Amino acid sequence: MTTATPHAQTATRRPGRHRLTRRALPYLLSLPALLVCIGILIPFFTAVYYSMMRFRLNLPMMKGFIWFDNYISFLSDAAFWNTMSISLLYAFVTVTGELILGLGIALLLVRPTRINNAVSIMLLLPLMTAPALAALMWKLMTNPNFGILSYLVGLLGFTDFRWASDPSTALLTVVLVDVWVYTPFIMILLLAGLRSLPKQPFEAAALDGVPRSFVFFRITLPMLMPYIITASLFRLLDSIQQFDIVYSMTQGGPGDTLMVFQVQSYLEFFQYTNVGRSAALLIVLWAITYALSNLFIKHWLKLRERAHGPA
Amino acid sequence: MNQISTLERIIRGVLIALVLVFFLFPIFWILLMSFQNNDQILRIPPSLFFEPTLQNYLALLTGRLETTAGNLDIAFMRNLGNSLLLSTCSVLLSLALGVPAAYAFARYKFRLGENIAFTLLSFRFAPPLLVLLPLSLFFKHLHLTDTYIGLIWVYQLICLPLILWIVRGYFEDISPDIEHAYRISGHGWWKTFRKIAIPLARPGIAAAGLLAFIFAWNNFIFALILASASKQPVTVGALAFVTASGIQYGQIAAAIVLSVTPTLLLALYAQRYLVEGLSLGAVKG
Repeated sequence: MTTATPHAQTATRRPGRHRLTRRALPYLLSLPALLVCIGILIPFFTAVYYSMMRFRLNLPMMKGFIWFDNYISFLSDAAFWNTMSISLLYAFVTVTGELILGLGIALLLVRPTRINNAVSIMLLLPLMTAPALAALMWKLMTNPNFGILSYLVGLLGFTDFRWASDPSTALLTVVLVDVWVYTPFIMILLLAGLRSLPKQPFEAAALDGVPRSFVFFRITLPMLMPYIITASLFRLLDSIQQFDIVYSMTQGGPGDTLMVFQVQSYLEFFQYTNVGRSAALLIVLWAITYALSNLFIKHWLKLRERAHGPA
Repeated sequence: MNQISTLERIIRGVLIALVLVFFLFPIFWILLMSFQNNDQILRIPPSLFFEPTLQNYLALLTGRLETTAGNLDIAFMRNLGNSLLLSTCSVLLSLALGVPAAYAFARYKFRLGENIAFTLLSFRFAPPLLVLLPLSLFFKHLHLTDTYIGLIWVYQLICLPLILWIVRGYFEDISPDIEHAYRISGHGWWKTFRKIAIPLARPGIAAAGLLAFIFAWNNFIFALILASASKQPVTVGALAFVTASGIQYGQIAAAIVLSVTPTLLLALYAQRYLVEGLSLGAVKG
């Protein structure tokens, strides 16, 4: 971290006024950004308050403070545990898949040849597609009447493969879209990581004729680990909150197969107008992401330190 | 790593080709669909060869869709305009707010500085609905529901943390010595910031701005909750269009193509900045 103060010289020239401005300057500079965000912090605290209320938009007279009853009711609520398990499963499956695929692609493209660089640029395209629109694209491709993917799996013998509209394959379908959109993100980070690794250990291993698998598991993977952890925590944080893809594709259905946290609380709020319950669900999700993000920030600062030198 | 056998080269080539097919085929296929009429789309087996038609795009451009079941008005061009307006204004506001703050965090160590920076960063990770649902109730009282101003304000949640952290990292990478020298020669703080600091950090600011624009454009959930049809961007508009148009698959494909083209072109145009921004934003800071 740089702590230089460009004011040191002028401050001695005109002490009184300048010392004041100098001390206030950083606050003045960051204040507007902060103010905008404070306006956004207020709803956050309101949400905490709502989560402890009996608050239904359609029954305003029943409104009242009930402490933790919303949370306590979750404990015995099958729908809540369904949401919890499907969210965790979704996050785990997508991140694992993206990590394996992303690492594989990064290893394929690690030599900075022109073709490899061109390929890695082309792979940016899915990442830059809006996830909600990506879901619509895949919805067209998996349409039972004309979808190209339905046709192709039909050729393989799965004539009645119904993708997102079948409870047994719905998760697979949205995971596929998530993998399509976000694998390039992990790939880019790991590619940058791989290319920044020091060359000597690899040269030494090559000279000694060390087998490739040994090099991969004992040198590449451990050295890449900080990048892998940062990238997966980052994706995990996003993935457990997934809304766009699931909502665009199935609205949480069929039935409650894909009722991940944010979709469930969206429906609680707008369909059942149960504000209290919806807010409590989101607070539970927030607690999970808060714990994860602390982990993430810790690892991320370590990486930054490496990149910038110690703070 | 020097001696790569022919066999390995072939395997690598095949694998890379498979990767490209998986990641690019959906975009290619939707593009093809957007030039087909419904009969061509519904044909089995699907074919790569067909007589391309522009009628899908024409229907979207003119805003009128004539079907056998009757006429349908499409406001899709309006959605496209909304996306452009919302993303551009949000990024400009975010740059105005975020670049000075990023400079402050990079150059001065001040009380609460790190706390403020982390508070801003943590917005990136909070579930958006947690803020959006109470906000949707407040906005009714503040008369901000379904206004561009309200949306642009909330879009700061996407753009500001991104710009702040990328630009901050960029400022930290630039040595403050040049600024010192300029200040010693008698120039004020503001002039130093404008004439020295900002031009030096321009690549970082450009990367952050581009990335923020793309993320704002691609956002779905904010507008889904806070905007009605007339203010909706393409992400929400396209979903509404799917529901409204039913089986007009060609137009749906054309609408998707029009919606993703701006970000994809930007991504290709600015790929160097983008990769830098993505890895700076996520790893380097």
